[in-house]
Amino acid sequence: MSSAAAKKARPKYLNLPAILFEIRLPVPGWVSILHRVSGALLFFPLAAWLLYLLDTSLASEQGFARVKDHYLQLPVVKLGLIVFIWAYLHHFCAGIRFLLLDLNKGVELAPARRSAVAVLIVSVALTLFFAWRIW
Amino acid sequence: MVTPRRIVVGAHYGMGSWLAQRITAVIMALYSVILLVVLIGRRPADYGQWKALFSNGWMRVATLLFAASLAWHAWVGVRDIVMDYVKPDGLRLAMEVLTILLLAGYVLWAAQILWR
Repeated sequence: MSSAAAKKARPKYLNLPAILFEIRLPVPGWVSILHRVSGALLFFPLAAWLLYLLDTSLASEQGFARVKDHYLQLPVVKLGLIVFIWAYLHHFCAGIRFLLLDLNKGVELAPARRSAVAVLIVSVALTLFFAWRIW
Repeated sequence: MVTPRRIVVGAHYGMGSWLAQRITAVIMALYSVILLVVLIGRRPADYGQWKALFSNGWMRVATLLFAASLAWHAWVGVRDIVMDYVKPDGLRLAMEVLTILLLAGYVLWAAQILWR
């Protein structure tokens, strides 16, 4: 056994603390992991929560008033809505980037990094805009 | 007796799921943009306008198509996540079953909301 093989344990599995503190994840890596995080959040609990809101608001006049005039005015609900908006926008923008990468658009290192930065910035900027509109 | 077996490994296994995830993504992206444009254009302010929007025939069909696309898309995505991070077979199977039940529930719930 060579000394190099003895020094490093291979394969190295990247757990969460390793991703956060041990290695420096490049920007496309952050877009990728946030695509997973936002997708998981949208799957549960956000989709269930939005269906509940749609259900209540469409069920009756009283339900609509309760959602619009009371529930959606609560700060904690607005925060939840902002989390949903960010998750949806990030998943949307990163998803379009992945679709373009699948079509071999922007797969070189430099454009891929630029598009990753653009995804992060555009989704956060639009989230701030909608946050300002609903607050 | 030797029976022909389906090939479940190699370069082409998963192609169907991969493609389905992308097609459903495009459907949901188009629906999202259309919904946003409709909401900005009509600005439904009271219950009547809100109810009318989701009672429209095309809107019902498009929204149910969105829900079905979401279920298929999320099934592929959540299964990828579970396969990557959940190693014990029993727990992984349980999480996959729960995922299917939850997504089926979402689609049925959406249908119930739309055709009430």
